[in-house]
Amino acid sequence: MTGMDELIQSLEAQKLREFPEFRPGDVIRFYEKISEGARERLQPFEGVVLRLSGSGTRQMATVRKVVAGIGVERTVALHSPKIEKIEVVKRNKVRRSRPFWLRRVARIHKIE
Amino acid sequence: MSMELLGKKTGMTQWFDEEGRAVPATVLCVEPAVVVGIKSAHDHGYTALQLGAGEVPERKLAKPVLGVFRKVGLSPRRHLFEVRLSEAGEYRVGQEVGVDVFSPGERVDVTGTSKGRGFAGTIKRWNFRSRPKSHGHKWFRRPGSAGMGLRKVVKGKRYPGHYGAESVTVRNLQVLAVDPQRRLVVVKGSVPGPRSGLVRIRKHDA
Repeated sequence: MTGMDELIQSLEAQKLREFPEFRPGDVIRFYEKISEGARERLQPFEGVVLRLSGSGTRQMATVRKVVAGIGVERTVALHSPKIEKIEVVKRNKVRRSRPFWLRRVARIHKIE
Repeated sequence: MSMELLGKKTGMTQWFDEEGRAVPATVLCVEPAVVVGIKSAHDHGYTALQLGAGEVPERKLAKPVLGVFRKVGLSPRRHLFEVRLSEAGEYRVGQEVGVDVFSPGERVDVTGTSKGRGFAGTIKRWNFRSRPKSHGHKWFRRPGSAGMGLRKVVKGKRYPGHYGAESVTVRNLQVLAVDPQRRLVVVKGSVPGPRSGLVRIRKHDA
């Protein structure tokens, strides 16, 4: 019999969504479907990836942006059907896998 | 009574439901069963299907059990079990029954053997509260008083003892997905027992 984990992986593989690869430190923009009553609209969110966690369909990313001087972080399930699309806005080189030091950088959108 | 099959708990993961919410999910691998015998009201006093599941070499079975399979000309199966079913007469001996009896959206009951916890104290076994580990305390996890001086212990008093490794049924689990190719059923929520533990999956009676 196939290994237990392999079975789950192959099952999840069908549910994986396609999106460009990105790494922590990159700036991404994702569009989330938001339903307001009967109407459905897309809400974009653009920010720096601070953390990637999980694997398979459970993969999540923590994305940070600064709105009106206030830091906003969202943790998003990358393979959720509610995420319409993910774009990479800018690729950055950071050495950490979890560049939390970016929180203390004021001009977070301007980093390289 | 409704259709029941054997399976193995494959493990847990996460699933997105119709509304895009992530829900906890358990993946079960269903063993395809074959009809070994049919019990009828006329011959046996009740109607049921006798099913066998899981291939097994002949040497692993006792001779009398082997005889059951020999008689109907089927290869031996590891598990032999009965399902009470009023429409048992509609099946034929040798017919295969597989994952496709389950469909997404429907409800199932899952019976398994819970993880054994050995000789467990009252805190794990009966959800007693523990006492502070510091601030001058002497006993932390002990059961406390046995009663109010009746010169006996009241029957049913909750005490430490063997816990787990017992049959547990979780009812009314929603089927999230069925994968006929890999014989997998994805069910919402958790299911008793360890991974690769044997479970019985039964269609939920309304």
